[in-house]
Amino acid sequence: MNPVPATGLLSLSWLLIALPLAGAAVLLLGGRRTDRWGHLLAITTVTASFVLAVLSTVTLAGLDERSVGVDLFTFISTGQLDVSAGLLVDPLSMTFALLITGVGALIHVYSVGYMAHDPARRRFFAYLNLFVAAMLLLVLGNSFVALYVGWEGVGLASYLLIAFWYTRPAAATAAKKAFIMNRVGDVGLALAIFIMFTQLGTTSYAGVLGSVGLLAGGTVTAIGLLLLLGACGKSGQFPLQAWLPDAMEGPTPVSALIHAATMVTAGVYLIARSAPVFDAAPAAQTVVVVIGAVTIMIGAIAGCAYDDIKKVLAWSTVSQIGYMFLAVGLGPIGYAAGIAHLLTHGFFKAGLFLGAGSVMHGMGDRTDMRRFGGLATKMKTTFVTFGLGYLALIGFPFLSGYWTKDAIIEAAFDRGGVSGWVLGGVAVLGAGLTAFYMTRLMLMTFFGKPRWEDGVHPHESPAVMTLPMVVLAVGSVAAGFVLVQVAPLADWLAPVFGEPEEAAAHVVPPLVVSVLVTVVVAAGALVAWLAVGRRPVPTTAPAQVSFPVRAARNALYADAVNEAVFMRPGMRLTRAAVLVDDRGVDGLVTGIGTGLGSSSTRLGRAQTGFVRSYALGMLGGAVLVAGALLAVTAG
Amino acid sequence: MGADLGIEIGTAETVVFWILGPIALAGALGMVFARNAVHSALFLVNTMLALGVFYVVQEAPFLGAVQIIVYTGAIMILFLFVLMLVGRDSSDSVVETLRGQRVAATVLGIGFAGLVGAGIARATEGMAVVGLEQVQGGAGGAADGNIEAIAGLLFSRYLLAFEVTSALLITAAVGAMVLAHIEREPGSRLTQKERSRARFLTTDHPQTLPGPGVYARANSIAAPGRLPDGSPSEASFATGVEPQVVEELPPGHPTEGGSDAALGTTRGSTR
Amino acid sequence: MTLTNYLVLAAILFTVGAVGVLVRRNAIVVFMCIELMLNSVNLTLVTFARATGTLDGQVIAFFVMVVAAAEVVVGLAIIMSIYRTRRSASVDDANLLKY
Repeated sequence: MNPVPATGLLSLSWLLIALPLAGAAVLLLGGRRTDRWGHLLAITTVTASFVLAVLSTVTLAGLDERSVGVDLFTFISTGQLDVSAGLLVDPLSMTFALLITGVGALIHVYSVGYMAHDPARRRFFAYLNLFVAAMLLLVLGNSFVALYVGWEGVGLASYLLIAFWYTRPAAATAAKKAFIMNRVGDVGLALAIFIMFTQLGTTSYAGVLGSVGLLAGGTVTAIGLLLLLGACGKSGQFPLQAWLPDAMEGPTPVSALIHAATMVTAGVYLIARSAPVFDAAPAAQTVVVVIGAVTIMIGAIAGCAYDDIKKVLAWSTVSQIGYMFLAVGLGPIGYAAGIAHLLTHGFFKAGLFLGAGSVMHGMGDRTDMRRFGGLATKMKTTFVTFGLGYLALIGFPFLSGYWTKDAIIEAAFDRGGVSGWVLGGVAVLGAGLTAFYMTRLMLMTFFGKPRWEDGVHPHESPAVMTLPMVVLAVGSVAAGFVLVQVAPLADWLAPVFGEPEEAAAHVVPPLVVSVLVTVVVAAGALVAWLAVGRRPVPTTAPAQVSFPVRAARNALYADAVNEAVFMRPGMRLTRAAVLVDDRGVDGLVTGIGTGLGSSSTRLGRAQTGFVRSYALGMLGGAVLVAGALLAVTAG
Repeated sequence: MGADLGIEIGTAETVVFWILGPIALAGALGMVFARNAVHSALFLVNTMLALGVFYVVQEAPFLGAVQIIVYTGAIMILFLFVLMLVGRDSSDSVVETLRGQRVAATVLGIGFAGLVGAGIARATEGMAVVGLEQVQGGAGGAADGNIEAIAGLLFSRYLLAFEVTSALLITAAVGAMVLAHIEREPGSRLTQKERSRARFLTTDHPQTLPGPGVYARANSIAAPGRLPDGSPSEASFATGVEPQVVEELPPGHPTEGGSDAALGTTRGSTR
Repeated sequence: MTLTNYLVLAAILFTVGAVGVLVRRNAIVVFMCIELMLNSVNLTLVTFARATGTLDGQVIAFFVMVVAAAEVVVGLAIIMSIYRTRRSASVDDANLLKY
């Protein structure tokens, strides 16, 4: 388990993080002077990181011991707590590094075109670079503390980028919402790290994961559940899913990079990285799969009802990450499948978001699908790339999603027993719903009659934007096949998760699962076509709808529940505390003050200014003293 | 009565006490109740004189003398000076302005007197009286008299206090000067001439006008009287004084032949 | 007849002086009442000097007289000064020292 020291190229792994960080620093500190070439610098740093990641991966693949540690410096050394900052280069972290830097570089390029007219483009690229650096630290760190630093770093970058157009109240509110809901999860992660330290005295992956067996079962479960809470917050999983759709207020490249491809999958990474903990805590694992299954349904149902193209994609992201959670919650048979789906999802969902951004670009930043329609002929490249992403997402045979999603569904069935059937059924149903809402999205956006508002002239986006979309579309088509059939990801990740187990006997034969899923997907798409494609789409959402639709439009009332359960009692508690502070504490303090003041004012009336009154007082005092003396001596 | 130790108080002293004590008390009460401040001062002089006699009787002849000379003589005279400066007639109004002041003062005063008097009476009941024969002469006592004994103490044990007293007196003198001094601008003081003009240069007539039937434009002795035709009357010439020509105001303004011309204060009117 | 008679007389004189301070408004008369109180104390000192057979009481009475003289000089100067500015020698008119 202990990583071997790094040599050669791998000892330069810190450059992976340092390059984008330096880019962010230059752009943020350089100010307006860097306005003209800032975006080029940002692209250069991320591309350099990508190249370095590729070279490192190749080097790593050539090693026998594929777990390499890079010690950097002592981060914290106090008492018994000794945290050294270091990197862990292994197949899992390099997979993520490739995804982050690769998709990141493409989205950087895309952003050059997308943000061309924004006066704050340099700031945007600075934040993007900052995000890439933090995300790389998150996945490359060799301890939970390093992960936590990166975790908070991406949270910060996410906050800054959601609120990039901070003059819009909706964006500022969404950023705050994301930040606060993430804090809820982060508390869980922090507590998990605290438990690790108190129980094991270390937070490094090698130290913690190697000694899970020494811990009591309850402790492991607690660590697992707390880690899961952190993962749920970051990945927008139930019950902390409400922030992710609102986060679409940020610029579309941000949605593609952070809220689809990379940051929101950090929770999956966390659970996969902590695999030994979850393997040792079946209860926590069960919670993971339940949360995954519930989130699949929440995301899919809500995605069916929204008319905002980006929010539909966001709910789709929530739902797809639910699949990944389901996979990693299944244990050793699911880790590789989950990560594989994460990678292919990174491709096609990023591509879909970039396509949505391209549509918005052409439609004057409008996101209401009811005012789209008929764009297939106007934006051919966008249509083709988006369509490939769509097919990959719904699991069209032999595209990316087909390979990776089917693997997850198979694994769910293979869990066996009632729970296996339930989970498998949910996964299949989710696939059908995915097909429904994505087909609805396609039909409403690209087909049918144009329902454009006046003054909207759709046009294809410039090449700097379409090129990344093409690359991602290629990835959407091929990645699944490559990762599952050509160069199985499970073998590559074997040093981390162990050799892939072939289920001894499949509960449901893989072929049956494939056929079943394909049929369900086709049915979902057909229903969507019947509901949307055949009839003209009304330009405003129908108001008279049944309860399930209303519930879906309100995201299953998650916000309402949050408000009723947390916000209002919290506000009431705060008001009560303020009241106690104002009336009780302050009242005591000011009461003493005013009491003294008023009593001294009254006593002050005795000071008439007449010296004879004062003399009378003195004589009275003298009489008292004389009387007291006499009383004492006489007594 | 301190019988065994000390001295007996003789009959003569008893007589003196019972005569002068009421007088001192009457003086004190008179001082408080007299409406006129000068009367108060005189009542106080009365009391102080009685006290001075008590000092002499109580074997303190030096203090008795100082009491009479310094207190009664100097300090009370100073009081009377200030009383005269401030105005003898600024006597108190009888009405008490502070509510309950007199009642409270009386009650407290009686209470205080009762308490202290009772306390003293109790504490000094049967107090032995040593007398001062041992320290300041007298029958079979020390050779030194009262003044020598006090001087001995003043210049030995109380030397520092004595010297400090001198500083106190100097300071008091300087302080009194500073407090009573009035700063005047140089030249702001009026001359005799200015005072006179201020008094007489008024529109009314501070001096008598010429008698009836006298046609006079001036009341200077050097200005001759006029006859009804306006010519100077020989009979009005003063003896030994050269008659002077007085510049005349135009006729027809009899009222203007008033005080100005009569005083000769009109510019250039007299010489 | 004992020395107690002197002491009680001194106490009564002191009280009369104190009451005078309280009831009179003319500042000069108030001052005279204070002198009366000082004198009564002097009588007490002289009496106790005689009773104890030491001269210290008389010396202290002497100092009291000196201090009283100084006090009278300064006090009367203050009264003069106040009278000059306020045209009044009433202690009730100088009542600015209040709330």
